[in-house]
Amino acid sequence: MEEKLSFEYAPAPESRALVTIKPKYGHFIGGKFVAGSKHFPTINPATEEVLSQISLAAKADVDAAVKAARKAYTTTWSKMSGKERGKYLFRIARIMQERSREFAVLETLDNGKPIRESRDVDVPLAAAHFFYHAGWADKLEYAGLGTTPKAHGVAGQIIPWNFPLLMLAWKVAPALAAGNTVVLKPAETTSLTALLFAEVCQQAELPAGVVNIVTGDGSTGALIVNHPGIDKIAFTGSTEVGKIIARAVAPTKKSVTLELGGKAANIIFDDAAIDESVEGIVNGIFFNQGHVCCAGSRLILQESIADEVIEKLKNRMAKIRVGDPMDKNTDLGAINSKEQLLKIGELSAAGDSEGAQRWSAPCDLPGKGFWFAPTIFTGVTQAHRIAREEIFGPVLSVLTFRTPQEAIDKANNTPFGLSAGIWSEKGAKVLWASQQLRAGVIWANTFNKFDPASPFGGYKESGWGREGGRHGLSAYLKGVSHE
Amino acid sequence: MSNRIDVKKTYKLFINGAFPRTESGRTYEVKNAKGIFIANPCLASRKDLRDAVVAARAAHHGWNKATAYNKGQILYRLAEMLEGRRAQFVDEIVTVTGVSKAKAEIEVTDSVDRLVWYAGWADKISSLSGALNPVAGPYYNFTIPESMGVIAAIAPETPSLLGFIDSIAPIIVGGNTVVVLASTKAPLSAMSFAEVIATSDLPAGVINILTGRKDEITPWMASHMDIDGLDISGLSSKKHAEVKSTGAQNLKRIYSFKSDEPGRILAFMENKTVWHPIGL
Repeated sequence: MEEKLSFEYAPAPESRALVTIKPKYGHFIGGKFVAGSKHFPTINPATEEVLSQISLAAKADVDAAVKAARKAYTTTWSKMSGKERGKYLFRIARIMQERSREFAVLETLDNGKPIRESRDVDVPLAAAHFFYHAGWADKLEYAGLGTTPKAHGVAGQIIPWNFPLLMLAWKVAPALAAGNTVVLKPAETTSLTALLFAEVCQQAELPAGVVNIVTGDGSTGALIVNHPGIDKIAFTGSTEVGKIIARAVAPTKKSVTLELGGKAANIIFDDAAIDESVEGIVNGIFFNQGHVCCAGSRLILQESIADEVIEKLKNRMAKIRVGDPMDKNTDLGAINSKEQLLKIGELSAAGDSEGAQRWSAPCDLPGKGFWFAPTIFTGVTQAHRIAREEIFGPVLSVLTFRTPQEAIDKANNTPFGLSAGIWSEKGAKVLWASQQLRAGVIWANTFNKFDPASPFGGYKESGWGREGGRHGLSAYLKGVSHE
Repeated sequence: MSNRIDVKKTYKLFINGAFPRTESGRTYEVKNAKGIFIANPCLASRKDLRDAVVAARAAHHGWNKATAYNKGQILYRLAEMLEGRRAQFVDEIVTVTGVSKAKAEIEVTDSVDRLVWYAGWADKISSLSGALNPVAGPYYNFTIPESMGVIAAIAPETPSLLGFIDSIAPIIVGGNTVVVLASTKAPLSAMSFAEVIATSDLPAGVINILTGRKDEITPWMASHMDIDGLDISGLSSKKHAEVKSTGAQNLKRIYSFKSDEPGRILAFMENKTVWHPIGL
C-alpha cells in the first residue's frame, strides 16, 4: 500500500517581546504626540484581542495637522536644500532597517498577515522605498519635468489596511523627497505601524510638522480630502471611494493620484511551465490573504491544460498552511476585519448562487479571529460577479480560453486595469500578450513583484498616476503643463 | 468678373472616415464677423457622439498597433496635405473670422509646422518617457508609455485651425483615437481639415469630428463610459469642475493645456511596466 507522505511542522512562533504597544494612542502633529478626544479599539484580527485604543481625528485635529504641515513647509522644508532633505530620508530608511523586526511583529499583530510576509516583504520594501527616494531629493531637476520642478506644498495621504507600513512608505517617501510636507491617515484597522513610524521620524530628528499622522476612519479621510489647506491628495483604496474623491476635488486646484481596485487576469498558456505557473497562481491570489489590489484573482487557463493545472493547483492549495500569523511557517494569515470577511463571504455566496463550482482547501481554521480558507471557483463566466468585482480575499475565479486572442479579450473585459500575469515559455508570445493587455503592471512568468524603482499603477478605473520610479516621483512635483 | 454662380460646400460631420450629416437633422447658422451668412454646419447630437466613439474605439486597436514610424509618416502626410491646400484654409479663416489675410496665413503656416513637430514625436516619446528600471532582483523590468484609448477633445473657439490641430495631433501621435468637437463659431477649418485627413492614409475612425454646441455635447462626453480621457482646453474654465465631476464615474483623465510640449502627448498615455525573470 502506498504510504501517504506528510509534512508536520512544529509551531515556530515569532516573539512579540520586542514590541511595546501603548494602551492608547494620540495623533502625531508638529513633531509631537498629542492626545485625541474620541477613541476606538484596534484588534488583532487573528485573535480578536484588543491591542490598543486609537484616536478618531475630528476637524480640529486635521486642522492642526494641516497647519503644522503648512508651517513646516513654509519655514523649513521648502527652504532646505535637496541634499539635506535627502539625508533625512536616508536616516529614516536606516532606522526602519534597524527596527525592522519590531515593525514586522507589530504589522502582523495589527494586520493579521503572516510574519514571513511582513518580515520579508512589507518592511524591507518600505525601507527600500525611503532609501530609493532619498537619492532623488537632490536630483529633481533631472527627473524630466523641467529644470525647476516645484513641490505642491502640503500633501494629504490616505492609505489602506492591506500593506499598512509599505503604503505609508509609498506615499511619504516620494512626497518628502520632492519637497512636500504630509498629513497622513492610516487605515482605521491598521494604525499601529504608522504610529511607530512617527517615532522613527522623531529619532531621525525630522523637522517638526514635515510628517503628521492623524488616525481615524472614513470621516477623517473626508476631512483631509476636503481640506482647503491641502494642495495634493494621494489615495490608495477602493475604486468606489476613489470616485468620491475625484468628485470632491473636481472644483479645486488639488492635484490627485489614486491607486484603486483591480481584477487582474493571470493567463496560463498551454506552453507555460506548469509547475512554475501553479506557484505563480498561488502567489498571485493567496499572497497577503488576497488582500492585494493587484492580486491575480481571475485565472485564465488555456482549455487544453485546464484540468491538469486545476488538479495541481488543488493539490498545492491543500498544502497552504493557514493559521497563526505569528508562526514563521504560516502561509495564509487572518482576514483583516470582520467587515472584510463578510464581504468575501457575500461574494463567494454569489459565486455559488450564480452557478460556479466552489472548492476550498481542506484546512482547520482557528476558532477565534477572522478566517477564510483558500478557495477556487471553476466554471466561472465573464458575467459572474466573482469575475467582475474585486473580492479582496483568498478566492480565485477560473475561466478558460481556446485561442490567445480570446485570452486577451477576456483579460481586458473589465473596467479595471491594474495588473495582469502571463505564463508562457515562448518569448515572442509573452511580449505580444504584454502589449495587448490593458493594465499598468504586467508580470510575465512571475507575479506580485514590487520595487521602489518600478512604477506601479493602473489603467482605466484602477486609478490615476503611478507610484515608484521616476514616473511615481512626478506625481509629487509641479512642472507638467496640464492641470 | 464672370457671372458664374459658385458651387458652395455642404459642411458635414466626419465619422469613421465618412462625411455623414448629423442623424438629428439639425444645423445651425455660421455667420461672419459682419453677420453675413456663411454656412449651415451640422448641430451634432448625443447620438452622433456615440457613433463617433464607436468608430474611435474600433479604430484604436489598429492605430495603436501601427509602428511609430508609420504614425509619424501619416502625421507628416497631414502636414503635406494641409500645405497643399493653404489657399483654401486662408480663405475660410478670413471669411469666417474677418482677420487679415496675412494673419490667416500665419495661422495656416503655424498649423502645418505644428503637425510636422508632432509627427517627429511619434518615434521619440517612448525613449523620452520610458525607462529600464533597476529593480533589486533578477528581473528585467521596463516601463513604456502606451496609448490610453479613446480621447474626446473640445477644440478652442480660436484660433480655429491651429487650436484644432493642437486638439488632435498630440492625442493621435500617442496612439489614441479622438472624437473632437470643433470651434462652434468657426467650424469651417476643422471640417475642411477632414478633407486633409481623408487624403492622408489615416485609418478611418482615428479622428472623428463633430460640430455643434459645447454646452450640449460636453456633458455627454464627460459621462460617456467608453471615453478614456478628455481634453477640455477649449472649454470655459467655469465649466471644468462640472465636467471633471461627471467624468469621475469612469475616472476619465481630464486635462486642459496652456502650451505645447511633450507633456501634452504624455497626458493621454498610460505607463505600462513589464516584469520578466532573468535566469537559466
